[in-house]
Order: sequence, then structure tokens, then C-alpha cells
Amino acid sequence: MTETQGGTPSRRAVIGWGGAGIALGAVAAGGAVAMTKAGSDLDPVGAEAGGAVEFHGAHQAGIATPVQDRLHFAAFDVKTDDRAEFVRMLKDWTAAARRMTAGKEVGEGAYGGLAEAPPDDTGEALGLKPSRLTLTIGFGPSLFEKFGLRDKRPAALVDLPKFPGDNLDRSRTGGDLCIQACADDPQVAVHAIRNLARIGFGKVAVRWSQLGFGKTSSTTPDAHTPRNLFGFKDGTRNIAGTETGRLDKFVWVGDKDGGANDAWMHGGSYVVARRIRMNIETWDRAPLQEQEDIFGRDKGEGAPVGRAKEHDEPFLKAMKPDAHVRLSHPDANGGITILRRGYSFTDGTDGLGRLDAGLFFLAYQRDPRNGFIPLQRKLAASDALNQYIQHVGSAIFAVPPGVRDARDWWGRTLLSEEA
Amino acid sequence: MRAVRFSVITAAAAVALTAVTACTQKSGTQDAGRVVDVTAKDDSCEVSKKAFPAGHVELAIENKGSKVTEVYLLFPDDRIVAERENIGPGIKQKVTAEVKAGEYVIACKPGMKGKGIRQEVKATGGTVAKRDPKLDAAVADYRRYVQEQADETLPRVEAFVKAIKAGDVPAAKKAYAISRLGWERTEPVAESFGDIDPKVDVREDGLEDGQKWTGWHRLEKSLWKDGRIGAGEQALADQLLTDLQDWQKRVGTAEITPTSMANGAKELLDEVAQGKVTGEEDRYAHTDLVDFKGNVEGAQKAYELLKPVAAKNDPALAKELDKQFAALETLLDKYRTDRTSYEFVSYDKVGKDERKELSDAVNALAEPLSKLAAAVVK
Repeated sequence: MTETQGGTPSRRAVIGWGGAGIALGAVAAGGAVAMTKAGSDLDPVGAEAGGAVEFHGAHQAGIATPVQDRLHFAAFDVKTDDRAEFVRMLKDWTAAARRMTAGKEVGEGAYGGLAEAPPDDTGEALGLKPSRLTLTIGFGPSLFEKFGLRDKRPAALVDLPKFPGDNLDRSRTGGDLCIQACADDPQVAVHAIRNLARIGFGKVAVRWSQLGFGKTSSTTPDAHTPRNLFGFKDGTRNIAGTETGRLDKFVWVGDKDGGANDAWMHGGSYVVARRIRMNIETWDRAPLQEQEDIFGRDKGEGAPVGRAKEHDEPFLKAMKPDAHVRLSHPDANGGITILRRGYSFTDGTDGLGRLDAGLFFLAYQRDPRNGFIPLQRKLAASDALNQYIQHVGSAIFAVPPGVRDARDWWGRTLLSEEA
Repeated sequence: MRAVRFSVITAAAAVALTAVTACTQKSGTQDAGRVVDVTAKDDSCEVSKKAFPAGHVELAIENKGSKVTEVYLLFPDDRIVAERENIGPGIKQKVTAEVKAGEYVIACKPGMKGKGIRQEVKATGGTVAKRDPKLDAAVADYRRYVQEQADETLPRVEAFVKAIKAGDVPAAKKAYAISRLGWERTEPVAESFGDIDPKVDVREDGLEDGQKWTGWHRLEKSLWKDGRIGAGEQALADQLLTDLQDWQKRVGTAEITPTSMANGAKELLDEVAQGKVTGEEDRYAHTDLVDFKGNVEGAQKAYELLKPVAAKNDPALAKELDKQFAALETLLDKYRTDRTSYEFVSYDKVGKDERKELSDAVNALAEPLSKLAAAVVK
């Protein structure tokens, strides 16, 4: 939201972007200009398109932050067994993330330095706006096997069970840590991951990464609900970034959660990432009625079965027993609620000419044991959507609390000797 | 080995350029006597002075012609001191160089083709930038190393050629990878002779229209894919030997500077990252790990020679490089049973996960290695 001090910003935060920004934000959200309240500077999507998101805070940015339009998510393996070196890298990462999210270059910049050495910053984001870039770090279960951290592994950071229908590709699964980069400009998100990967060479190595576009869930109240690649509105009932009560209840790890060894996670969250391949071609041949029955909503308005408007209260019993909304709704799951930040992806075609596309599903929750896991168990067993989708990548990470100030660093609560 | 010949020349020129621009950054002296205005037209190449003091020289180029041009500062034997490509009509560009007293040539190449329009110039008296005797020693040692590698390569190539001429496919296969080692260890220097590399180390996909495929990889395909040797292969073997004898004669004259050594070491790792890790280099013989090893050894040699200076200027970097060189060597040792031999596992037997591990180790070394040049000139 504001620029932090230090150095000349190369990408200027645009404050007071005004009407033009609102229009731009609406285009980014799917062209629904009519959905955006004209002239409202309270619309965080429109008013801040291009601006910078504050990096510091009690919680990491990129979770409850209004969802940006683009994603580059990367999982890393740790290559060093030297704890001090790993900590140094996390501090270097934090410093770089602080600068990049403020729209500045890494280190001493992309040009003007010594001619015979490569520049600190790779340069492809020069001249671009901060684009609401957020960078969010998470630690995977396997990290706790290293650096003597076994005792610090939170009970909630479980290994995900094998769900029926999973067809996981090892090269898209797991990881010792992850970085989620979200931005309104894909080049800004890719730049961030690329520069962090570069800083990390020798200490960490990219295990897999995923690009995403066209956010499929919104965390902005009253904003137009985006559509997934099946053409359906997705995330109508998602938790909004402004709902502090629901965030505290379902997303942020509380002071009393877990045992003494989990204290480092207070203010953090847990993220589950799933690469869900969609069988686009067969779906497109499915009759409209079947498509609507599968979701339990109509395709045009997004209204639940038997209702008129998207946000009308769903009457679950009116839906087919295997309808997606009926099975996943909190009312059918004892109130289970997760915060979704999924993105559509397409990685071209698969060699058979089929679109290699789907949903990169990201779910944040206070405890996966009563969040994603029971929900997915149920969906994997009975969801009518299963004949058109397959889960091919999977990972879970503990997302630590926010970086408090300019002297704090990612992972301090876990790795600091004095903490 | 790069896929396209043109980029080989560019790469060699880039080494020369980076080697000399250090002085721009360091000295910052603006001596008008050392600025040479070069006016490039379609049919002329005018220079504002034909003599200038040795040391730091700046070419202020303006293309007043209608064609895209390039301007070179050359030694009399055509080795590149500095160059700038792709200067469009109406465009001004600056090129800086550090030159010793002696004869030089400035060449403009309208249309970026041919030998260009040439002007003889002279650097006189003057002072050359203060030199570090340790770095001079490193360059001298490296020059010796480069020559040794060429000298040792020739008998190995002769053995390879002899086997081919005898029609002995198994013996030729056995001699193939080892005959390439010296070349692979010193590749950035070897490649700086832009006319030799495309004759001896080009791969089929790197050929230009009309270019005849010759050299190691052409013979590799005959030996492994076709499994036979004919009169054509025998002639190609003879030619390989002739071309490499040319290299052996000229390699001692290569322009080598401390920064070109440092960036050359990094380029050797780039070779590994782009050609060997993927298995593209020896796609028929699958002896990529032998080339890989040669590239790493050559990079390590350049680093070890520069280390006395680099370790003083940037001790943390030297420590990291020591660590990553050792880690990569250890990893490579997993792929041979005898650490004194160059019998490596065939690369088609190296799995996806293992290739990823090798690639990670190369990145872990190449990233800090890219900072060596800066540490040397600090």
C-alpha cells in the first residue's frame, strides 16, 4: 500500500490511481465492468491495481490479501545441511522479497554495476508497476527432517493421505519449502521466483513450479466471482480478506493451537497445494444439464439449484447427492471452511493434443486435519466432478506468521536460536 | 559447443569485451586523446585519429550509412580486442578497450558481412593500466595450461584417427571421448578461434545452410548410429587431425585476461548446463559425462590460478567455490568406479532424478562462479 524507505523505486507505486484503475481492475477480474462500483475508492481490487502491498505484518501477505490475477508458485528442495547457511539464505530472501514487493530491484539493481559481473537483479521487471506482488513462504514436512527441527514439526502439519483417484506425479509433488508469488502482472510474479531461485542456488533447488492465471477464487467481498476453466463460478462462499472473525476462526493459527513446540506457528496458517488436471475436451462434450447437475449451480448466474441469484442461500437437498457444491458446502461438513486462492493453469498441450489445463488449487486453513483432508476425503469418494478431473500434484506447507519489521526475517520463529 | 556458428563468434567477442571494460569502471579517466571517433558509412570507415596513447581507449561510433553495421578493434592477426554488433543507421555507440602499445585495425562491416572496411591504427607509448603481478602470473600459467592441453590432445586424436583409418569401430569408439578431453577443458579459449570450432565440434543441428558437417560429432554419428566406417569417414578423420593441428599451433596466441579466464570458467559450466546435462552433446555415444568432467576440470584450473587474488578480495566467494567444486566432483565420482580413469557411466543410463541432481549441482557452482570475474578485478 505504501512504499518503504530506502533506494529509488524503479517501479512506482501508483497511489490514487482513481477511475482508470478501477476500470483496469475490472478488466483483470474478467471484464465485468458493471460489477465494479464506479468511483468507489474502497474497492481494493481496482484502487490498488499496480500498487504495492505492505510486506510486513502479523500475518504474511498473500493469504487474506485480495487475490491478484497471476500466480507463480514454486516448491524447493533444501540442498545444504548447514543450518547457518540456510538461515543466511532466508535472510537474503527476506531482504529481496521486501524490495521486490515494494517494486524495487534486488540488491544493487539490474544495470550500472561492474561490467564483467552479472547484475544482482535480472531486470525483466524494470519499468513495471509493483502489481500488488505478494511473496509468501511455507515449510514442508520434509524440512523438519533437517537441521534438527524434528521436534518443531507442528502436529497439524501432517503428511497428506492418499486420496482415492489421486494420480500424483512425483516431479510435481512435495518440497521442503515453497514460495507463492501472486501479482497482477505475470512477469512480476515470474521475476520474483526467478530471482529468489537464483539467490538460493547451492542452498535450495527448485523442485517444481506452477504458473497460474485467472484467479478462480476471490477474497474480496462483493467482487465478481471468477470462473474456472469449466466455465463455472467458483468460490462464491470463500472467506473474504475483511472477515477477521472468520479468518481467526478458520485460517490463522491461534495462540492456543498445538503444543509448546508449535508456538512458532502462531499467526501463521497451513496451505495445501493441488495440481488438478481437468479433462477439458470431454467436459466440453458434456450436456449443459449434466454440467449444472455436477456443480449444483447454473452456468449463467451461478445460482444454487432452485434459487435465483448466485449469493442466495443454497438448498443442498435440492441438488443431486453427488453434486460438487452439496458435498463441499460447510453445512454438509460440520462447518468446515477453508480459504481458497486457486488459479487456472494451462501448460500448453499434452502431446495428444489435449489441453494440459486445470486448476491449481490452493487452500489455506488453521488445521488441515479438520480442513482440507476431511473435505477431500469426501469429494474423492463421491464427487460427480471426479470423472472430469484428476489430482496430479500435491503438497502441504506450514506457513509461518508475518515478517514483523525491517529487521525480521522469514522463518525466524522457527529457526532463530534465541526464539 | 554452441549450436550456431555466429554465436560462437559473438561469445568469443563478448569475452574480449568484458575483459577490457573493467578498466572503464575502474579508472574512470576521461582523456580526450584516447577517444577515437569512428564514422561508419556504407562504403567508408573514417577514424578521427590514426594514433592514440596506449591504455584506455574509447571508440565513439556513429553509423551514418544505410545498413546495419558492426565495428571491430582487431589485432593485426584478426583476433578481436573489442567489438560492437548491430549498430543501426543513425545510431551512436561507444566501445571501450584497454590496449597495449602496438598496431591495430579498426574495421567497419556494413551489412555485418565480410572482412569489412579497414583502417590501420597505432597505440603508442603511453602507460598501460597498473598490473597485478599475481594476475599476470595466473594468465601466464593458464596460457601454458591451454597449450599443454592442445599438445596432449594431438596424440589422442591421432589414435582415434588411426583406429578409424584401420576400420576398427570398437577401437575408434574407445578413443572418441578421451580425444575430446583437452578441447573440453579449454573450450572457451578453443572457441575463440571462430573458424576452428565449427569444423571440429559442431553438431548436426548447428549447421548453417551449405555448411559441410565435419569433426568429432559427425564421426560419432557414423560410429554409433551407422556402425560403419567408409572412405568418407576416413577423409573426415584426416581433416579433424589437420584442423586440430591448426588449433595446437594457434592456441598459444589467444588473447587471455584475468577476467576472460574467470568468465571462461563460468562458460565451461554453461556448456555443462546447456549441452551435457541434457545429453545433447554426445547424443549417439552418450559419453557426455566425460565432456562434463573435462569442462569442470578446466573451470577448476582457471579458478585455482585466480584464487590467490579472488580469495583476498572476496574470501566468502572463494570458500563457496571451493565447497561447490568439491561437491560437484564428489557427485561426478558416483558415475565412475575408478577415480583415476575417465570411464564414466553412459549418459543414457543416468535417470531423470540423477540428471536433476547433476543440474542442481551445476547451478550451485555456476551461480557463484559468475561472480569470480568481479572478485578478480575488485
